[in-house]
Amino acid sequence: MTGYARTDGRKGIRNVTVVVYLVECAHHVAREVVQAFRGEEVHLLGFPGCYPNVYAHRMLRQLCTHPNVGAALLVSLGCEGFNRADLLAEIRATGRPAGTLVIQETGGTRRTIAEGREWIAGALRQLADTPRADFAVSDLTVGTICGGSDATSGITANPAVGRAFDLLVENGARVIFEETGELIGCEQIMAARAARPGLAPELIACVEKAARYYTTMGHGSFAPGNAEGGLTTLEEKSMGAYSKSGSSPISGILKPGDVPPRAGLYLLDVVPDGEVRWGFPNISDIQEIGELIACGAHVTLFTTGRGSVVGSAISPVIKICANPETYRRLSEDMDVNAGRILEGAATIEEVGREIYGRVLDIAAGGRTASEVLGHREFSLVYKSFEPLGPACLPG
Amino acid sequence: MNEPTDARLLRLHSADNVLTVIATLEAGETIRVGGDMVAVAARLAIGHKVAARDIAAGERIVKYGAPIGSATRAISAGEHVHTHNVQSDYIPTFARGEGAHYEHAQP
Repeated sequence: MTGYARTDGRKGIRNVTVVVYLVECAHHVAREVVQAFRGEEVHLLGFPGCYPNVYAHRMLRQLCTHPNVGAALLVSLGCEGFNRADLLAEIRATGRPAGTLVIQETGGTRRTIAEGREWIAGALRQLADTPRADFAVSDLTVGTICGGSDATSGITANPAVGRAFDLLVENGARVIFEETGELIGCEQIMAARAARPGLAPELIACVEKAARYYTTMGHGSFAPGNAEGGLTTLEEKSMGAYSKSGSSPISGILKPGDVPPRAGLYLLDVVPDGEVRWGFPNISDIQEIGELIACGAHVTLFTTGRGSVVGSAISPVIKICANPETYRRLSEDMDVNAGRILEGAATIEEVGREIYGRVLDIAAGGRTASEVLGHREFSLVYKSFEPLGPACLPG
Repeated sequence: MNEPTDARLLRLHSADNVLTVIATLEAGETIRVGGDMVAVAARLAIGHKVAARDIAAGERIVKYGAPIGSATRAISAGEHVHTHNVQSDYIPTFARGEGAHYEHAQP
């Protein structure tokens, strides 16, 4: 297996060129640039807001310098608050081809689209010569998320992902789980898995913050005593989601854009810090996937019971269907049928190994269902974070 | 180890004292739990739980290898394990509100 060698020492499993709008007003022009390259690895990202935001800048910097990204074209209207000069300099510092088009300076829609397409064509020619390097499991970063969950998620797809996570960690990969709002009730169990004593209270604090944030937002999906689908307690419901993390020690906590410093299992804290503002911690699964990718995820394992169809810009999404009936209905969108566990046709161990094998296939250049179907979803909205505390990462 | 061989019940972790129903069980059907045959008292849908062995009142309910609550009374092997005989051990940081919302305790 080989990967694309990057100057920071990381390696990519894709060689994507990203076109990035820096305000919603530049979205159409950026999309038109991308549309000329259907079938190529040219993906659209962006941030809609006109006001600057430290989190959004950091997200786009981490995404544009992600190991799966080879080149980046920024598309600015010209008057928005995003610091396009800094972002461009940060991308160029990594040696990647990078450019900026400012619509107000270029002379309008048509001229900017034409110049953008010309720039991308040049970048694609340059990327054809990207050096390759040996790629091992220990070069991989893998994230996981659950979406469209039902009563089967926590007994099939999620524990199977947990098994795959254990195998990945055993082989030296970095793996990341998240959704602290759906870990309420698991904090003590999680804290007991902390790799260092100082990390345990930080893990608990993450979940407490999530509970506080969701409560303020009036979000009702964390109600206790919900007996639907056989769930008896909130702890049980959370454990279903938590089982995606497997059984490795927890090496650290990340916030969006933090890259795990070494092999192991990490918790990504996606809930904003400080007073509640900007809205819900996650407006959809898509932004969470983007946050996992900003932490370096080459691949995301997405478990679903009801059936999601999404993929992502930059990094492939492997969809693992928990419910055998959903799988039959949406099989074209699924990569792994974990519902077989319910039917007695496979064990968690077998599906866990299948997921692990699928990750390696995708890393070696195989394509996920969502890639084949053209899914390249992306979403980024305002958030605020404080830097990680000193106990959060291994020394 | 005496694993239940009933294909309609799933043990998620070796430490678990509950099994998950993975095919709907109708009232009157019998299931094999820990070597014993137990009659199903009432219909159990996919995702519900039965006791893998006799569980004493106050004993922790373990699923996924982790405690998910405590038995409020004695539960016999094969019996339905749910809100009628289990309560949350939810950590004291959070309190259960009347309206089924978790409320964060004042710092």
